[in-house]
Amino acid sequence: MTYLRAVGLVAAKDLKTELRSREQAVTLLFFALLVLVVFNFAFDFTIIDFVTFGAGILWVSFIFAGVLAISRSFQIEREQDRIQGILLAPVDRSAFYLGKVAASILFMSAVEAIVLPLSVLMFNYRFGPRIGLALLVLILNTIGFAAVGTLFACMTTQTRRGELLLPLLLFPAAVPISLAAVKATGHILAGRPFERYASWIALSCAYDIIFLAAAVLLFDYALDD
Amino acid sequence: MNTAPPGTPEVGLALEARGLGKRFGPIPALDGVDLAVPAGQFVLLLGPNGAGKSTLLRLFATLLRPGAGTLRVLGEDVGNGDRAAIRRRIGLLSHQTFLYDHLTGEENLTFYARLYGLADPPAAAREALRAARLEGRGSDQVRTYSRGMQQRLAIARALLHRPDVLLLDEPFTGLDRDAALRLEERLREERSARRTCVLATHDFRAALGVADRVIVLVDGRLAADRPAAGSDPGSLEALFSTATRAGAPAAGAA
Amino acid sequence: MPDASRSRYLPQQALLLLVAVLFPVCLYVVFAVAPTEQKMGVVQRIFYFHVPSALSAFLGVTLCAAASAIYLWKRDRRFDLVAHASAELAVLFCTIVLVTGPIWARPVWGVWWTGEARLTSTLVLWLIFAGYLVLRGSAENADQAARWGAIVAVVGFLDLPIIYKSVEWWRGLHPKVLKASGGQGLDPTMEKTLLLCTLTFFLLFGYLLMERCRLGRLQDEVEALVHAARRTGAAAGRRSP
Repeated sequence: MTYLRAVGLVAAKDLKTELRSREQAVTLLFFALLVLVVFNFAFDFTIIDFVTFGAGILWVSFIFAGVLAISRSFQIEREQDRIQGILLAPVDRSAFYLGKVAASILFMSAVEAIVLPLSVLMFNYRFGPRIGLALLVLILNTIGFAAVGTLFACMTTQTRRGELLLPLLLFPAAVPISLAAVKATGHILAGRPFERYASWIALSCAYDIIFLAAAVLLFDYALDD
Repeated sequence: MNTAPPGTPEVGLALEARGLGKRFGPIPALDGVDLAVPAGQFVLLLGPNGAGKSTLLRLFATLLRPGAGTLRVLGEDVGNGDRAAIRRRIGLLSHQTFLYDHLTGEENLTFYARLYGLADPPAAAREALRAARLEGRGSDQVRTYSRGMQQRLAIARALLHRPDVLLLDEPFTGLDRDAALRLEERLREERSARRTCVLATHDFRAALGVADRVIVLVDGRLAADRPAAGSDPGSLEALFSTATRAGAPAAGAA
Repeated sequence: MPDASRSRYLPQQALLLLVAVLFPVCLYVVFAVAPTEQKMGVVQRIFYFHVPSALSAFLGVTLCAAASAIYLWKRDRRFDLVAHASAELAVLFCTIVLVTGPIWARPVWGVWWTGEARLTSTLVLWLIFAGYLVLRGSAENADQAARWGAIVAVVGFLDLPIIYKSVEWWRGLHPKVLKASGGQGLDPTMEKTLLLCTLTFFLLFGYLLMERCRLGRLQDEVEALVHAARRTGAAAGRRSP
């Protein structure tokens, strides 16, 4: 069993379970859309345009849905003690961590892939060719969020108030990623040149690398030993 | 087997603990446990709640690291040795099934077979399903299974990689009479197959007939260690119930 | 044994005495010796408490992260006690920063709160370490609390410079008030006052840290004793049927 295959195995298992049960994917999607609708009511978008507020609205929706997705994904491993079953196998624990991160990235991306076009329709916006850059920003920030979120979820899902604890820990720690995401997306929506937000993209990359590496090293300690 | 010089792993010892201790913060959970289990023995591990049964079992399963003393599982040191090598040769069955509800029986077993790096995961899964008499339900999702069927699949999962040591953590909890009887029968088979088994439970009546040896843990220490055949069930019951009664107020106060 | 624990307690008492003497001196120097700042007026004097608190909070966070990393490496409980105590102190001093900051900002900038990078980063820092304390409180046992706390502390510490940078960029070119007021043009008396206050705050930090660690050790002892007492109680129950 090579390391990467173990990562893929855990992620594939999560995806399969998720596609089968669907309840979570559907709930998550509705939740993300609901956030958009609430914003649509909260601000009158005939006056305020999407270019100014769109990035913030989108990322509030993604981050709220993301924290739920990550929490749920780890909760499944806690039920029936499934995590013990995996930890008993002769597989590196960080491979399990990376598998969970990969699955969380895929879930969040799926939600983003549906919410983004819908919001564009809802708020009458046109991306044009900048969509590629927007996707890059989406994926970079989703990686960082999932990396730290999965590390924290491993701890919070062992507690009774886990669902409350995860956002409490994750949101402050994810401040750089949230700001980078909102700012970069905002610049892209406004059609500004790449140089204006290149540093934000660099910051997201740095965050991803630093915390993926830190989490791989720290994950063992989040588990009992 | 207690005369062996310390430090030399004895041939034929499945589990070997010397002065094994584990504490959680300031609280000791296990304290100076000395135990040698030869390969092929079926050990019944008894004790009241909070006595350290599950800590000991989790140490055997390499899920915890020893805090003090040494622990060898199948000759390999749990603290500093190759834990993956141990994990390949041990199985754990608990009252939790470790199974994914939305995967089919076969998918569950194939997933675990892959995690263990078995040569032909689908074939191993099919064979295990046959052994569990679940071949007809292999392509149904586990959530549609009865509790008894889930238990059979859980056993199949625990034995999938043909472990030399099988650890059982309260496997009777939540089983109905029928399923409990079937599990007992299954444990008898494991004993005749000379697989080393450690069964932790607070309900020894179900498993006494299966065991070779009975160990009682109280307050993280070994309180009794005797052959199951030689000891009459009455005295064991007396010993166990005093331990339970004495342990109960402490557990209740905590 | 009582003598040994008393002599171990001696440095703490000396430190407490020193802090008790230095604090009134600080108050006198801040209000009677240091000159009033020309533009900001008397409210600027809060600076002598605001800045030392911020430095103490930062000291707490750094100490917590370092002790946490060593704890994960060595698994020695003493390092966890230091980490836990430092985190509590970091939250305490952060709270002082977050209270004194707006009091200063209101008359000077005309607003209670701005997105100023340092202030906002301090708020995020406060949130992270408050979360650290909540997570520890939710753990099943002291061992778990120590490991979990250490993870959050290390992640939080690595996050700090990134948070600071991101908040700074986020606000664009906001004037750096602290540098403007505390940088080149700082009056020598002001500078000495600030040094004195910082020293006093650090000594207070040291005293509280030592006391909190001692309290942690005592808590451990009590927990172990209670556990042992339950056992002997249970054993006594076994002997007398």
